[in-house]
Amino acid sequence: MLEAIVSLGGIGLSAAILLGLASKKFAVEVDPRELEILDALPGANCGACGFPGCAGFARALAEGKVDPAACTPGGQATIERLASILGVSAKLREPEVAVVICQGDRVKAKDKYRYLGVEDCNAAQKLADGPKACPGGCLGLGSCVRACPFGAIEITKQGLAVISREKCTGCTKCIAVCPRQVIRMVPASATVHVLCNSHDKGAVVRKYCQVGCIACQICKKAAPEAYVIEDFLARVVYAHHGQAAPAIEKCPTHCIRDFIAGYPEGSTFAPSIVPTSDEAA
Amino acid sequence: MSRKPKTFHGGLHPPDSKAASADKAVEICPLPDEIIIPLSQHIGAPAEPCVAVGDSVCRGQVVGEARGFVSVPVHASTSGEVVAVEARPHPSGRDLPAVVIRPDGRDQWCDDLRGLGEDELAAESVRNKLCACGIVGLGGATFPTHVKLSPPPEKPIDTLIINGAECEPYLTTDYRLMLEDPEQILDGVRLFAGVLGRPRIFIGIEENKPAAIKVIDAACASSDIEVVPLRVKYPQGAEKQLIYAITGREVPSGGLPMDAGVLVQNVRTAAAVSVAVRTGQPLIEQVLTVTGPGVAEPKNLRVRIGTPLRHLIDACGGFNGEPGKIILGGPMMGTAQLSLDVPVTRGAGGLLIFRQEDVDPRPEGPCIRCGRCVSVCPARILPTTIVAYARNDQVETAETLGVLDCIECGCCTYICPSMIPLVQFIRQAKGAIMAQKRNA
Ligand code: SF4
Ligand code: SF4
Ligand code: SF4
Ligand code: SF4
Repeated sequence: MLEAIVSLGGIGLSAAILLGLASKKFAVEVDPRELEILDALPGANCGACGFPGCAGFARALAEGKVDPAACTPGGQATIERLASILGVSAKLREPEVAVVICQGDRVKAKDKYRYLGVEDCNAAQKLADGPKACPGGCLGLGSCVRACPFGAIEITKQGLAVISREKCTGCTKCIAVCPRQVIRMVPASATVHVLCNSHDKGAVVRKYCQVGCIACQICKKAAPEAYVIEDFLARVVYAHHGQAAPAIEKCPTHCIRDFIAGYPEGSTFAPSIVPTSDEAA
Repeated sequence: MSRKPKTFHGGLHPPDSKAASADKAVEICPLPDEIIIPLSQHIGAPAEPCVAVGDSVCRGQVVGEARGFVSVPVHASTSGEVVAVEARPHPSGRDLPAVVIRPDGRDQWCDDLRGLGEDELAAESVRNKLCACGIVGLGGATFPTHVKLSPPPEKPIDTLIINGAECEPYLTTDYRLMLEDPEQILDGVRLFAGVLGRPRIFIGIEENKPAAIKVIDAACASSDIEVVPLRVKYPQGAEKQLIYAITGREVPSGGLPMDAGVLVQNVRTAAAVSVAVRTGQPLIEQVLTVTGPGVAEPKNLRVRIGTPLRHLIDACGGFNGEPGKIILGGPMMGTAQLSLDVPVTRGAGGLLIFRQEDVDPRPEGPCIRCGRCVSVCPARILPTTIVAYARNDQVETAETLGVLDCIECGCCTYICPSMIPLVQFIRQAKGAIMAQKRNA
């Protein structure tokens, strides 16, 4: 009995000494700033910066290998704090958010076949380019919802993805997974968008969607600076988005929407009360 | 002659549903008003169009040239005028480039088509002929035959298996061909054997086709070709399963039949090879079984490639009831079609029409861990486990579980009482793995 206690105790002691020595000998130098930086980061481990997690990004920052602005989810405040820790000047970037440029849910846009398969936009897209008749429309199977680390996207009951301007941090993860390129990054201050992603001619669009852009040029006539029409699709010129409002009422298919007035039909997100940054632009 | 039917592990027994068309001799489908020849009708690079609008073409003329080694040309299937070279609905569900011909009704063959003489049958010239004639595997894979017949020297082929299993339910085209033209098939088989350097030859036929076994047996009587009756089970005609059943050899994971020293060819491909080599006529026709509860009069039709599906249904007396699902190919591995303007291509072996009431659109439920998918899987992998990983994007684990060995036969999806689209998940995972490998 006694031998057992002594010998086990001895093994434990020598192991402790060895470990203690090893921790001295193999200690990794940690830049003290690295911990401070890690503390300043949002801790979402979303990967928007291109690193697997916040810790990797913190190390790269401490080593001066990357630009603090790569953390889009952190926003301006984080970038400024990082810049002060690192003693560099903060390069400010116009904050951006993601928006789904489509309103063609199951009610408003037609399907070309009935899809009964895996609930995933990329899986559906492989079957004859997806069930939606419109080649650019949102499939509503939520690949983006699963990709968003911030819970900023919802799928409405009618099957349309909607992104909350308040919750979106601009990390662009959703853009990478969407097979239909229907999510775009826009300046966070812009609230008026053309919600259509079809480059088909007007007559074709009308066949499959009630709310698609028919490239009639009416928006451009109402607000010449604020819209361009390219390849049969209108979009807002975001440098002049402050002038976009007059066209909203005039659009015959109601595909221009001001998110201040509310998100697309069926969304449970509360309408944006104020633009996220200064409206004047 | 006492022969025990051979088979493989797993598989299942869907109702074979062949009675409606099995006894109907092949009929010639009338010429449609418009022939649409897609430039992509095979695995590999699509053909390059080489005619222009306004050109007149003869039957058998090349209208799209092969691009690269794994590619074959496409040909006009009747004489007439080219009226468009544009994107048209394709069996894949997309609109893809095609040459559109308005037939002149004369069906004039080109006069420069010629076959090879008995003294011109060197392997190289046969392969070139097959490529020029656009011969691809007609069992469904549409892989260019001349490529399949060019195994690398370090992988010698000692066994040739001719696939007459026709294990897909409903289809009766291979069966009719075996009954109606065994000589043509055997001629093709001999040509294959010539190219491969005298391999052992087997012809595998499922036991539910005793008439075909009898006819082929009689035709092979004076040769050393062996006719092997196979157990009736789906997917008996899948390459790896067929090789195992007949030779007992296993194709290694990730390998090809040539890794087991075997080449498999479908009976219809053999017939097409005979036509191409003896007459020089390219592959411009296809026999299709048009059947299913949704068509008035099921038939086996000899159809020109490029004939719109609508025309086939008209030739069979139209729809019976409201169509609910239209499948090009067999019910297990075919593809549902979105439009009747899609033309028949080289890969098609059947056109199935189901009514609204025949399709069962129950939604997916949770896995009840019944294990049926595991017991039917002929690849001997665990579909439900793999899908659980695939669902959570853990494709690396799915790969270690052998997802790449899945032959996409659909047995698991067919048997699953919870309607889980297992094969679709598996395809997704395979796609993700292949993409990772390409980027690595
Ligand atoms: S936005 Fe794209 S990923 Fe999201 S639901 Fe729509 S199609 Fe799918
Ligand atoms: S909506 Fe898109 S960009 Fe915005 S936080 Fe989510 S994944 Fe990132
Ligand atoms: S996992 Fe693949 S091989 Fe196995 S049953 Fe399913 S489809 Fe067939
Ligand atoms: S057959 Fe379907 S329910 Fe049964 S174990 Fe497989 S996946 Fe689960």
